[in-house]
Amino acid sequence: MANKIPRVPVREQDPNKRKTNFEEVCFGYNTEEASLEATRCIQCKKPRCVDACPVSINIPKFINAVSEGNHADAARIIAEDSSLPAVCGRVCPQESQCEGSCILGVKGEPVSIGKLERFVADYSRDHNVDLGKPGPRNGYKVAIVGSGPAGLSCANDLAKMGYFVKIFEALHKPGGVLEYGIPEFRLPKERVVKHEIDNLRKLGVEIETDVVIGRTITIDQLLNQEGFHAVFLGSGAGLPKFMHIPGENLNGVVSANEFLTRNNLMKAFDTTYDTPIYIGKRVAVVGGGNVAIDAARTAIRLGSDVSLIYRRSEKELPARVEEVHHAKQEGLEFHMLTNPIEILGTDTGWVKSIRCLKMELGEPDKSGRRSPVEIPNSEFNIEVDVVIMSLGTSPNPLIASTTPGLEVNKWKCIVADDQGQTKREGVFAGGDAVTGAATVILAMGAGRKAAKAIDTYVTKKFKK
Amino acid sequence: MFKIVSKRLLAPHIYLMDIEAPRVAKAALPGQFVIVRVHEKGERIPLTIADYNAEAGTVTIVTQTVGASTRLICAKEEGEFLLDFVGPLGMPSELVNETDEQLRARKILFIAGGVGTAPVYPQVKYLHGRGVKVDVIIGAKGKDALIFQDEMKSVANEVFVATDDGSVGFKGLVTDLLKDLVQNRGKQYDLVVTIGPMIMMKFVAALTRELNIHTIASLNTLMVDGTGMCGACRVSIGNEIKFTCVDGPEFDAHLVNFDEAMRRQNMYRTIEGVKDKELEEKDHKCKIGRDGK
Ligand SMILES: Cc1cc2nc3c(=O)[nH]c(=O)nc-3n(C[C@H](O)[C@H](O)[C@H](O)COP(=O)(O)OP(=O)(O)OC[C@H]3O[C@@H](n4cnc5c(N)ncnc54)[C@H](O)[C@@H]3O)c2cc1C
Ligand SMILES: Cc1cc2nc3c(=O)[nH]c(=O)nc-3n(C[C@H](O)[C@H](O)[C@H](O)COP(=O)(O)OP(=O)(O)OC[C@H]3O[C@@H](n4cnc5c(N)ncnc54)[C@H](O)[C@@H]3O)c2cc1C
Ligand code: SF4
Ligand code: SF4
Ligand code: FES
Ligand SMILES: [Mg+2]
Repeated sequence: MANKIPRVPVREQDPNKRKTNFEEVCFGYNTEEASLEATRCIQCKKPRCVDACPVSINIPKFINAVSEGNHADAARIIAEDSSLPAVCGRVCPQESQCEGSCILGVKGEPVSIGKLERFVADYSRDHNVDLGKPGPRNGYKVAIVGSGPAGLSCANDLAKMGYFVKIFEALHKPGGVLEYGIPEFRLPKERVVKHEIDNLRKLGVEIETDVVIGRTITIDQLLNQEGFHAVFLGSGAGLPKFMHIPGENLNGVVSANEFLTRNNLMKAFDTTYDTPIYIGKRVAVVGGGNVAIDAARTAIRLGSDVSLIYRRSEKELPARVEEVHHAKQEGLEFHMLTNPIEILGTDTGWVKSIRCLKMELGEPDKSGRRSPVEIPNSEFNIEVDVVIMSLGTSPNPLIASTTPGLEVNKWKCIVADDQGQTKREGVFAGGDAVTGAATVILAMGAGRKAAKAIDTYVTKKFKK
Repeated sequence: MFKIVSKRLLAPHIYLMDIEAPRVAKAALPGQFVIVRVHEKGERIPLTIADYNAEAGTVTIVTQTVGASTRLICAKEEGEFLLDFVGPLGMPSELVNETDEQLRARKILFIAGGVGTAPVYPQVKYLHGRGVKVDVIIGAKGKDALIFQDEMKSVANEVFVATDDGSVGFKGLVTDLLKDLVQNRGKQYDLVVTIGPMIMMKFVAALTRELNIHTIASLNTLMVDGTGMCGACRVSIGNEIKFTCVDGPEFDAHLVNFDEAMRRQNMYRTIEGVKDKELEEKDHKCKIGRDGK
């Protein structure tokens, strides 16, 4: 199936300009661009795009509303399935989800679903579109642990069903990775994240920050002393991994989480904020995922020359293609097929250089990717003064270790079935805490499923 | 928002505050800490819990002004609020897991240095509550810098004081005093718990290794989130890397790499110094002085 109209390109900030600021890279569609792009959708009877969206947004229906100029309707259609459309429109890996399955993609370019979703969500915010009221209160209380996408979407659905929902968040600001991890230039905090969280508050959801579940209060206390009928765990996978190579504790070596948290949550790039950040002249980022690219692009914006060090080749980079492209435009230098073996320091213990080995690709491993093999005697040094380690994260063991009966697997992930039911009655879980580091939209999907399961559980157990 | 219900000056540059934080007060155990943020643009500052009262719903913190953020905390007055106050964080002291019999069989000495005396107090008080009397060494620059001496005396077996200038108690370092106690005054200990400046804990650890006394140190590394999310607080304990905020703050002092920990602690020193200077210049009426340690 072909389409006469080419995919409408989206306007972006000029690379040379944007690499010196934290403003959003992508400007998004205006009304004309959105209307034109919307007409490209051929309104499939059996839309493959919907099946590929983890929260099953009615994509053809909302796109149709856009093409007819009914933007408020489009917003309400999306709101039936997603409480974070302005976020997902910006950060979903659409190329492997909705857009990856769009029928137009078979012969040409898929409909720009993500950019349309973002357009509708931004319109809805700017025009104060009424997205509906919560159902009447049903008298039951659910506690949500963690305010990332999993917790937020679970809270959203339960509030609409009439539950009293309270979210407990360890940090001082809600949002999870949306707030502390993903940088401002991809996901504006005040304009987008805060606004979508405020929408949740309008549904009557309460958020108590500065509460670390497992320390400030336990799951058992929530259930037995604070009168919650069920608990949802959306505590994410925030614990950073290190390589365990010599020199990793030198001054100037930080995890991507630390670097990004200082800059995003604590706003170190803005000198009116108190939290310091150490900016290198030359920075090496080790890793190849979205997190590594975000850390690298942040360092570029803080004025550093940045190299990305990755064991495999560019083809295997797990980061989104769009973001790799953006990073290249901004001057990120690539050291592919390179593996660090040691970080060397000055006499006073500051990073001086990173010692690496060259790699080549060997046989495919279990994941199907060709695994990197060391080339003997290929050591070389890259002179840097900051090293940012971005090697992935795992779930924090705190909740599991303070909640009797909760099971975790060998990767420290909480064991839960497809509906989010854990081994402990009344306790549900979803998102990165269950799957390990994944995506915003998968976490949201898990939160929604658990909301349904919680409703079924509470109905059966407590309602007469 | 967390209300400051009372505030008093303990020694030059050291303030005690009781904060209304019912959840933290109820959950707190000896050895744990909180993270405080003063204002919307503020840093997250870790402070050890110096006392807690579950009934009153209050938690006591003792802060020494060493830089911009601690200065902001200390400038807050009774009746005002701290924006954020989260905790209790970290693992409680290992001693809370022991039975009364086990505890009574032990001969415990606490060695506190400077503002570290404040976090020693709840541990000694807790043990007193369980019928265990311990000895305490308090080290300070001089008479004026000495804090918590009376409180400590009411819950400890014996309290020894060491001052740099000899203005009160033993003249010399806490390590000299410890040596004196075990070598000349017949004291015996099988556990030392030390809280204070890194450099002091390093030398205490070196001495107790010689004396063959198991020793616990409470580390005050740099921190950001305090929940295990950033790794800023990582330290080398033996061959392992641990996160102070979730695995600690108390560790086997004989396994701690103190030189590395001290070096890492100073990572932001220059940047922070500039910030503090700016603040000082902007607010030169401020009476709170600076004090290195
Ligand atoms: C830098 C970065 C870039 C990314 N880029 C993308 C992207 O472009 N697209 C994409 O789809 N995904 C991306 N991801 C992944 C995505 O952000 C996560 O998969 C998603 O946020 C997981 O959601 P969650 O709700 O499960 O957990 P999180 O977002 O991690 O939220 C968990 C929350 O729980 C809180 N918490 C943890 N423990 C406790 C406790 N004991 N008590 C109270 N609160 C607690 C945490 O403080 C946190 O706020 C990125 C991740 C990072 C780090
Ligand atoms: C577990 C723990 C318990 C602590 N308990 C107490 C206490 O009870 N009373 C008390 O007065 N102080 C305590 N501290 C130290 C206190 O956190 C620091 O003095 C404070 O953060 C300094 O901030 P500043 O902006 O005032 O000074 P700065 O000028 O920023 O720094 C002065 C020095 O303090 C240290 N420091 C700076 N930022 C941090 C940070 N975010 N986290 C940790 N250390 C930092 C560095 O060594 C730095 O060189 C504790 C620290 C930790 C980690
Ligand atoms: S939520 Fe994500 S996957 Fe679903 S339609 Fe929107 S952009 Fe696509
Ligand atoms: S698959 Fe593509 S063309 Fe078909 S409905 Fe979905 S977006 Fe429209
Ligand atoms: S302070 Fe961030 S992991 Fe310990
Ligand atoms: Mg500071």
